[in-house]
Amino acid sequence: MPLIRSAGNGAGQVVDDPWTLVGDDEPLPENGPVIVTLARWQQDRESLIASGRPLGVRLASDQLAGTIAGDLPHLSLIALEFPSFRDGRAYSTARQLRDRYGFRGELRAVGNVLRDQLLFMHRCGFDAFEVPGADAAAAFARALGEFSVFYQPASDQRLPATRLRPLRSAAE
Amino acid sequence: MYRYDEFDHTFVRQRVEQFRDQVERRLSGALSEDEFRPLRLMNGLYLQLHAYMLRVAIPYGTLSSRQMRCLAHIARTYDKGYGHFTTRQNIQFNWPALKDVPDILLDLAEVEMHALQTSGNCIRNVTADQYAGAAADEIEDPRVWCEIIRQWSSLHPEFSFLPRKFKIAVTGAPNDRAAVAVHDIGLRIVRNEAGEVGFQVLVGGGQGRTPVIGAVIRPFLPKRYLLSYLEAILRVYNLLGRRDNIFKARIKILVQQVGAAVFADMVEDEWQQIKDGPVELPAGELERIQAYFAPPPFETLPDADSGFADAQAGDPAFTAWTRSNLAAHRQPGYAIVNLSLKPVGGIPGDATAAQMDAVADLADRYSFGEIRVSHEQNLILPHVRLQDLYPLWQALEGIGFATANIGLASDIIACPGLDYCSLANARSIPIAQEISRRFAALDRLHDIGELRIKISGCINACGHHHVGHIGILGVDKKGEEFYQLTLGGDATDTAALGDLIGPAVSVHKVVDAVETLVGVYLEHRQNGERFLDTYRRVGLQPFKETLYATH
Ligand code: SF4
Repeated sequence: MPLIRSAGNGAGQVVDDPWTLVGDDEPLPENGPVIVTLARWQQDRESLIASGRPLGVRLASDQLAGTIAGDLPHLSLIALEFPSFRDGRAYSTARQLRDRYGFRGELRAVGNVLRDQLLFMHRCGFDAFEVPGADAAAAFARALGEFSVFYQPASDQRLPATRLRPLRSAAE
Repeated sequence: MYRYDEFDHTFVRQRVEQFRDQVERRLSGALSEDEFRPLRLMNGLYLQLHAYMLRVAIPYGTLSSRQMRCLAHIARTYDKGYGHFTTRQNIQFNWPALKDVPDILLDLAEVEMHALQTSGNCIRNVTADQYAGAAADEIEDPRVWCEIIRQWSSLHPEFSFLPRKFKIAVTGAPNDRAAVAVHDIGLRIVRNEAGEVGFQVLVGGGQGRTPVIGAVIRPFLPKRYLLSYLEAILRVYNLLGRRDNIFKARIKILVQQVGAAVFADMVEDEWQQIKDGPVELPAGELERIQAYFAPPPFETLPDADSGFADAQAGDPAFTAWTRSNLAAHRQPGYAIVNLSLKPVGGIPGDATAAQMDAVADLADRYSFGEIRVSHEQNLILPHVRLQDLYPLWQALEGIGFATANIGLASDIIACPGLDYCSLANARSIPIAQEISRRFAALDRLHDIGELRIKISGCINACGHHHVGHIGILGVDKKGEEFYQLTLGGDATDTAALGDLIGPAVSVHKVVDAVETLVGVYLEHRQNGERFLDTYRRVGLQPFKETLYATH
């Protein structure tokens, strides 16, 4: 599955994924960054931290941000699952991780990640996306470019219309 | 009225272009119906029994004459010459061709309208008191806040894939005409002891198969915190609302499950994190939006008008109409005028293109170009001088919108039912038509007084039967249409759910049953009380006894 990393300015790059997702019963690879489930994280937390490698946790859509809030200093990546595109919990989890708990590492969207939802995800603080298809980078750029007006602040840098209006009137 | 600025125009046009691309991909076969479905639903496009149906938002029920003419144009050009006003301050077109829908949306964008968020599991078109900005009993105009909510919720990145659809209603008056207690969030503009104006916040109201009256989770929210508080409620719901069962996914189930007090605490915890943050309106934005809702240039007029009084004295039909179809205006010398879309034997809420054009002309002539749509599926000219009432009434007679029945037995809310809707168990419209024929005689209709009859073709309750004084619900009994009757429902500030009277009655008997119930009321009525008051006083028993003795 191609991995897109947002590169700012609405562009995205297909990048090689340095991370290994490790199943609950699988041995850890020798070295390199690993993503584990919440259950494994909770069970092997001390040894994982002691290993000194970059660490990531993958949360199912019903696992709330609060469950790992205290562990964020140890984590470089959090992957949030969309089991179906209709399950929108991860949008709120992403916002809490970014805004409430101040997570600055990679926030990755995984699962049923549809192109028509990439802009929403990006606005909620995701910066990496597992998107199917050979033209994923083009689809990403297109999805992020469909709108230039936003009506609400979110976990991104885009200024909503409510903030831009006074600037515009001041300039006039 | 609110007017789009360059941001709003750009946004809506971009949305149309996005959808045009999606429709083209569907027509070329690049998208399957399955893949297209969620995309079209985000633009209010449903697939019904016979054809596509396009649902267009009329935010908080406010329309300009120019917008009404555009709706007429759409009905004429792309549909079969009519449109249907719904119980959620939307209008539905039942026969558009898929290839035309992007052009329809572009026509709408020209007059600052859209079909955004009229379907899907998102924050739906926000509704309000249809008398907003005109009502004598209003504390503040709710439309200012509805517009703020409309913008904030438009393509909200976090709340576009909620567990289920989400409806917000706002009233600015103590007499609740927006049925806020049966919405996912109901907002009542209230004044606290210190004289400040804020919101009473209700959550978890709703109809459908599990009807619930909303619980107050915050008696007074200062106005400046509205958006952060809404965001907190929505975030808690988005994270914790059930997603395993579509029938248990509305916020009311979550609120019932944890209890309103615990739910309020959860919201409080989230709110403390975000209040006074970026989501609050920046300085100046409230004032900017408020300015659009400044009162129109009313004339200074006396309270009474002699011409109006003379016309009343001389024309009993006009007098009857003034009794039922007017409401008190805040400005002396003006009245709020209800146009009934419930003619005897007609389809509740339907209007032809010619009628829409005529209403637009009358609005320009008599009501500063303003029109309202009510959740009772009627239209309103909100600002009419008393001296203009007689000629206006005559003009309305000419277009069939002058039935003197607002709030009375034939002013029925009915969902589309089996005539259009694929979920229906039974027909709604023909029942409404037959009831209105039975109660056609004006003297009798007016003698019976306020009586809210509401009809749904299935348990989804789009016809609001739970909150009808008489509620009628279509059920399927071995392939035959039957109807359950409930009594005592109320959608206003004294909100209540109706009580089931007994076994369902057959399609042949349901209209007789309604007449029987009205007869029991008339027998027990004291001192001119309403049907609802009599029912509350005497209870179900006398109604039940007579109904099942006769039928
Ligand atoms: S109440 Fe049922 S029949 Fe009526 S419109 Fe809603 S879903 Fe259709």
